[in-house]
Amino acid sequence: MTATDLATNRHVPDRLDKPLTSALLSWEMLLVLVAVAIFIVNSLASPYFLNAWSLSDLTFNFVEKGLIALAMALLIISGEIDLSVAAIIALASTFMGMALQAGADTPVLVLIGLSVGLACGAFNGFLVTRLGLPSIVVTIGTMSLFRGIAYIILGDKAYRGYPSSFAFFGQGYVGWVISFEIVLFAVMAAVFWLLLHRTSFGRTVFVIGNNPVAAAFSGVRVERVKFILFCLTGLMAGVASILLTSRLGSTRPSIAFGYELEVVTMVVLGGVAILGGSGSIIGVVLAALIMGLVTFGLGLLNVPGIVMSIFTGLLLIIVIALPILWRRFREARSG
Amino acid sequence: MKSLTKYRELWLAAAIALLVIAVATRFPAFATPARLLAVFNDYTILIILALGQMTVILTRSIDLSMASNLAFTGMVIAMTNAAYPAIPVPVLIVLAMVIGSLLGSFNGLLVWKLDIPPIVVTLGTLTVFRGATFVVSGGAWVNADAMSAAFINLQRASFLGLPVLSWFAIAAIAAFYVFLTRTPLGRSIYAAGVNPTASVYAGIDVGRTKFVAFVISGMMSGLCGYLWVSRYVIASTEVANGYELQIVAACVIGGISIAGGIGSVAGAVLGALFLGVIGSALPVINVSPFWQLAISGAAIILAVVLNARGERRQGRIILRQAAAS
Repeated sequence: MTATDLATNRHVPDRLDKPLTSALLSWEMLLVLVAVAIFIVNSLASPYFLNAWSLSDLTFNFVEKGLIALAMALLIISGEIDLSVAAIIALASTFMGMALQAGADTPVLVLIGLSVGLACGAFNGFLVTRLGLPSIVVTIGTMSLFRGIAYIILGDKAYRGYPSSFAFFGQGYVGWVISFEIVLFAVMAAVFWLLLHRTSFGRTVFVIGNNPVAAAFSGVRVERVKFILFCLTGLMAGVASILLTSRLGSTRPSIAFGYELEVVTMVVLGGVAILGGSGSIIGVVLAALIMGLVTFGLGLLNVPGIVMSIFTGLLLIIVIALPILWRRFREARSG
Repeated sequence: MKSLTKYRELWLAAAIALLVIAVATRFPAFATPARLLAVFNDYTILIILALGQMTVILTRSIDLSMASNLAFTGMVIAMTNAAYPAIPVPVLIVLAMVIGSLLGSFNGLLVWKLDIPPIVVTLGTLTVFRGATFVVSGGAWVNADAMSAAFINLQRASFLGLPVLSWFAIAAIAAFYVFLTRTPLGRSIYAAGVNPTASVYAGIDVGRTKFVAFVISGMMSGLCGYLWVSRYVIASTEVANGYELQIVAACVIGGISIAGGIGSVAGAVLGALFLGVIGSALPVINVSPFWQLAISGAAIILAVVLNARGERRQGRIILRQAAAS
């Protein structure tokens, strides 16, 4: 992106020339349609799908990744990325396991999970903002580093025997079929929606993503905002680590392997521009739901997980490609 | 700029030499030529993949689907060999490169014709290719019993004192060196990464250049698909799972700028060898192999910190020139 490109092709108004809602609605409507279609196909394909408990089980498929995706969305909108989130889950889980061996109880475990996540995020943020390094490379490095430390500590062993009060986070129900995980996801989605779309901090995230130089000249502390976003992403990875460890009831260094790419897929599918500058929380929530529906529906049909990944991969490419093809088609017709 | 680039590769070479010497002070057997050649041979596949990845990164793109491409092509080639043992191995190698190129061209077309960011495209094909591996194999493995002797032994044969596998790496290094530094297409790959806008004015089709880069990385993934399954004598869906980031790591350590346009064949090779020396030295000095991941992570971060300094200085110079003109 050169200076001339920025001047001619990209303008950065306070409000888009179309009303913001209608501009957002188009992408989200597409996602809603996809979600509804998959829902209908699922309920026709399997007699076990339309059932309160099935639908409740479905949520476990995407909540942990979805929580990280909420924070990752902000980070990607600001023009950065964090590929180390799955490794942070592993490291936080390992430290929780160590504390468990030392006799810690649930509140301490939670505190450790959160603070390890936050510390890892801060480390990423420090490397990216203070040393001015490209985040994609830095976080590929910290991804190996964090998971590597987990491997050094655990090797081929595992931590088990988490207390029953700790099991509540990943396995507990608030009431009837409503799991603690889905309630937490709903609350966090609302928090992140408010943060991104209803606060000045959220606006600065968009500004930075569209033009960091202009943002700096407008008095936005670009590095500080990015640092906060990295911390936030790390913290959410810590939260995800607590949920996942609690749900699995054990810690292995290979925990959450490959999650980072699924989280990024979720964010991109949710309509967040991978190069930064645009996106919405509602889109990300819908994308998380779609990925959960696809995996769970195919799971009910006994489709192996690896084959499901074909669907999520193709879904990602098709959902990105279709609007581009459609725009080309319309431009070609209008001459 | 040229002297600075050379400087960086010298540093990396020195770091590798230091590492070897440090290990050799306590375990002299590690520094014998035979042992070092074995390390080179062990990391041939990573070297070839890093060269392919570098070509893509030079054009400001990234190919995260290489390891999945490798798994798919390896599986298809192994199954072909198991079903038709009569097909000569060189034909299979060509077939592997063709299949790899086709998968790569799929990435390339999406990037070129639809302008989808490469990271999104290859994130998608990363899962699609690996899923396809499962579909063609039905989840089954192809192991030593099913492969023909020629298929397994070709790369183990010795030629002029080196295993044929090493010659694959040497041939790839030579080919990439000539291609990237001595051909117009190779130079346009650098140009497209250094300054896409200027490249367009210079008559270079940047999109097509990216397409070519993806075909090349796909071709190398395909070649390595054969090399991998015949080396480890197993083809399964899990082959090289997660290896895509290892390839990027080799490039990053080798000083190839993720922002495009900067990097050399020597850098990519040294980056892969650096990871190779670490991986081979750990068991020798009795450190648990579980340390390897963390050490390569720290090496990546260190490499980025050091490389970023060099690049920033270059950036300033370019800006000053632009201001002067």
